[in-house]
Amino acid sequence: MADAEPQGAAYEEEHVHTVYEQIASHFSATRYKPWPIIEKFLKELPDGAVGADVGCGNGKYLAVNPRVFMVASDRSTNLVKIAKQHQPHASIVADIMNLPHPRHSLDFAISIAVIHHISTPERRIEAVKAILELLRPPSASEPGSGGRALIYVWALEQKDSRRGWDEGNEQDVMVPWVMRAKKEKEAKKKKGQESQEAPKEGEQPPEQPQDKTFLRYYHLYRKGELEEIIEEAGGDTVEAGYDKDNWWAIVQRKS
Amino acid sequence: MKLLTLNFLTCAIKTCKTSPSSFPLHPRDAELEILETDINLPFLKNILPRLMWDELRTITSELGLPELPPAAPTREDLVEPGAQAAEGEEVEEQPSQTAKDLHRVLLETTVKEGKLACGNCGHEYKVMEGVPNFLLPGHLV
Ligand SMILES: [Zn+2]
Repeated sequence: MADAEPQGAAYEEEHVHTVYEQIASHFSATRYKPWPIIEKFLKELPDGAVGADVGCGNGKYLAVNPRVFMVASDRSTNLVKIAKQHQPHASIVADIMNLPHPRHSLDFAISIAVIHHISTPERRIEAVKAILELLRPPSASEPGSGGRALIYVWALEQKDSRRGWDEGNEQDVMVPWVMRAKKEKEAKKKKGQESQEAPKEGEQPPEQPQDKTFLRYYHLYRKGELEEIIEEAGGDTVEAGYDKDNWWAIVQRKS
Repeated sequence: MKLLTLNFLTCAIKTCKTSPSSFPLHPRDAELEILETDINLPFLKNILPRLMWDELRTITSELGLPELPPAAPTREDLVEPGAQAAEGEEVEEQPSQTAKDLHRVLLETTVKEGKLACGNCGHEYKVMEGVPNFLLPGHLV
């Protein structure tokens, strides 16, 4: 696996956004089951709460709670078009660094598997700041009454996962996404038989569907790193933990 | 993009957000489309306190839609009066005409194509196939 050299916005455009735009429909087909901690966070919201899903992907979390209103955003137009189907919510194309919401207006936000795609420490802090800025501040009389956000990032410590990374490994990595070519079994067999005949000179060989590999940039978070970034961004970590190869945190604004 | 969305959107440019004129965004050259969905009375009642009513009135009038009443409806206004529950019986609340109208304008009336303009900086965001795009050109980031 090649190590990445993170460089900021232009780098992320090439190694994150462009990739998702191309793999959108395939990616969506594999992302349908909500993770339990996220499901719980969304289901415990009071009815009528208003929030944002920052980096919504195919919008799988929009299906969890139809009694709240979520404005879901993603950089990828193709993913937003898929997310659009979920009522009563709304989906828009936007960048986490320039979200089009009034400041301090929302009851909640989620940002799942998003800020691990940001390639410099400064920009990671800026991204968490952008999420915190969406949230209602707590009222003076009731600490803890402000808006809350749930953030999930990929963990460096995941030695039992398929990837096998662990403490001490390189944190900036390129992760392949393999888009398998559609294979119709019968058609493939026939093609296999035909291909025993060598193509005649000057003739194109029969077209074979090819698997395509895309590389996405990730920053893998080591233990405690997410909380450090939240602190730097001026947020309070209310609750945090480790869940299936990910670090997560529930954050709120400091008064 | 359903009109309710505009209640929670402003200009993506940071310096605009502190200016009151950046909210709401103004639809321009909008092609509207009605996308029918089931009415959800509890949802309407719950979202009611979040609505910026004067701003929504501005938007509907800019779009040439029927005028919204000057004052926001109350939760009670959204429920059809009448249905009396017999003893020990729960009667499901029915949406009033006011609720149906609100559902129509906020959740079923959508901008299919057009632009959303910031009243502060004048920047226009495109809406295409019902999806508004807030990505900024490089010189505005
Ligand atoms: Zn503006």
